[in-house]
Amino acid sequence: MRLIDYIINPLRERKPGRGLLLFGISVVLTVIIMAIFAPWISPYNPTQIGADVFAPPSSKHLMGTNNLGQDVFSRIIWGSRIILYVVAIATTLSILVGVPLGLLSGYRGGKVDRALSMIMDSIYSFPSLILAIVIAVVLGPSPVNTAIAIAFVYVPTYFRMVRGQTLSLKNQLFVEAARAIGVKDWETMRKYILPNVLPTVLVVFTLSVADAILTEAGLSFLGLSVTPPTPDWGYDLRVGQPFLLDGYWWLAFFPGIMIMLLAMGFAMIGEAINERLSLGTR
Amino acid sequence: MARGLGRYIIIRGLMIIPMILILYTIVFFFLRILPGNPILAVVGTKNIPPEQLKHLEHLAGLDKPLYVQYFDYLWKMLHGNLGVTLASPMGKPVSSYIALRLPATVELTIFAFTVSVLLGIATGVLGAVKRGTSVDTGMRVYSIVAYTLFIPWFGMMLQYLFGVKLHWLPTSGRINPTITSFHSITGLYVIDAIIERNWAALGSVLKHLVLPSITLGTVLSGAYTRLVRNNMVDVLSQDFIRAYRARGVPERKVLWYALKNAFIPVVTLMGLQFAILLGGAVLTETTFNWPGMGTFIMDRINYRDYNSIEGAVIVFALFVGLISLTVDVIYALLDPRVEY
Repeated sequence: MRLIDYIINPLRERKPGRGLLLFGISVVLTVIIMAIFAPWISPYNPTQIGADVFAPPSSKHLMGTNNLGQDVFSRIIWGSRIILYVVAIATTLSILVGVPLGLLSGYRGGKVDRALSMIMDSIYSFPSLILAIVIAVVLGPSPVNTAIAIAFVYVPTYFRMVRGQTLSLKNQLFVEAARAIGVKDWETMRKYILPNVLPTVLVVFTLSVADAILTEAGLSFLGLSVTPPTPDWGYDLRVGQPFLLDGYWWLAFFPGIMIMLLAMGFAMIGEAINERLSLGTR
Repeated sequence: MARGLGRYIIIRGLMIIPMILILYTIVFFFLRILPGNPILAVVGTKNIPPEQLKHLEHLAGLDKPLYVQYFDYLWKMLHGNLGVTLASPMGKPVSSYIALRLPATVELTIFAFTVSVLLGIATGVLGAVKRGTSVDTGMRVYSIVAYTLFIPWFGMMLQYLFGVKLHWLPTSGRINPTITSFHSITGLYVIDAIIERNWAALGSVLKHLVLPSITLGTVLSGAYTRLVRNNMVDVLSQDFIRAYRARGVPERKVLWYALKNAFIPVVTLMGLQFAILLGGAVLTETTFNWPGMGTFIMDRINYRDYNSIEGAVIVFALFVGLISLTVDVIYALLDPRVEY
């Protein structure tokens, strides 16, 4: 079964989880399309300061304008780029580090495995947002640095899952057979264990992407990700807070709802795949 | 058995030490080994006389070799000394700040934790009882939506609704600043107000707690909904429940017995959720201007006060470690199958 089938098959079947999956996929696709076609969709320049400040949502400004007269809708569209960019880099990095380490640690065992597991468990049990804050502060505000900070705290998630699976796989007959006929260790890991671990990685991926989105938004809400005037959902939400209390609700409302929709989209895809692999709900 | 339990607690407690050591090492590595002089970051300018820079570095212990700094701080930490602040006000013990801020976070997390467990159990039981109906689906959607609520946004919407529009509840701080008769003893304002029998203060403190705890508690309730619902469905299909029903035990009582049995795995989840709760507390505190550990870290970050950040991280690690120890002990007491 190819990895993509885990998404396609449940879409074809009329089962209860299908609605969730459809919702999730459409939200995520919409945001991706927004990000790709931002220059064409966005009605205004997102950083263009205008005289028309605090204009409520209207046909001219779909989501109103902010304290600087910038069009909120255009900022929402352009803001999708940053969050997707950061989360994509962060997730790729944590998979590239977490999966091989997990494979190696589980397959080899011994002292290295014990030490690595202890380090990973310590990071895992600590509040991830707080650790990400510390790392982001030290590295300085930039999208790539934010991605590194997020990647760091999500490595243990992949590591633990892959290590656990590898431990149980390595004692199975087909792996023992491969070793018995003299297949090299790294080849056993790549050809026999990795393909069997990948479906789990896919589930962990979709579930942790939702977390990573909220972490990214949290870091940029705290002012640790991008510098103004770059349009960014988390940061725009923060800027909007004092004005919300003055009654200008549209400055904060829209960036926040986008963050949640995107996280929710991924969470629902994850939920549906998870169910497919029957790891969770009944 | 009592001796066995004592041994279990000690051994399990010792496991916190490597965790704190590892986190200390990671944070130390990031803060000290990466390029950038913290003193320069604090002063904010490179045009500082070299003698003065040397003096400041000496004060902060930054002129020693890294490994000496590493063990120096570790040794101090063992004595409860978390170093001194590196930025204005300079040279104050970090632990005295933490002693001021930690109770606020503890109070917030206790209330938010209670909200999350109660909401999670209520929605989870509802989903299990109405299994397979639209209510069940609704609770399932609730658990995902609650889980992906973005804390600052949800908090702000509650501030807007209950603070700005309805004027029911305050939107920031811990207590109404006009209440001057109140003096903090433990730092946990609810308890302080009760000790002093200052009912006006107690009312104000509780009012200030409502929105932050609901914000944080709702976001964390989603995970409980899922777990309670699934456990309840399992337990409700077991023979002893059928026996109760066959004997005509009222349905309310049956559900209560089922919930008691479904509750043990929930205890484990509480431990795991606590780390997320503390992470969420940083965002909640920032949103509601709550003077706790989260806003402390954010304040100190603006000054690049690395000692304070390091100290706060260690306190957080200790906090998480103690909570997970407590949860494991409770689990051991509840579940007779755990051997210790």
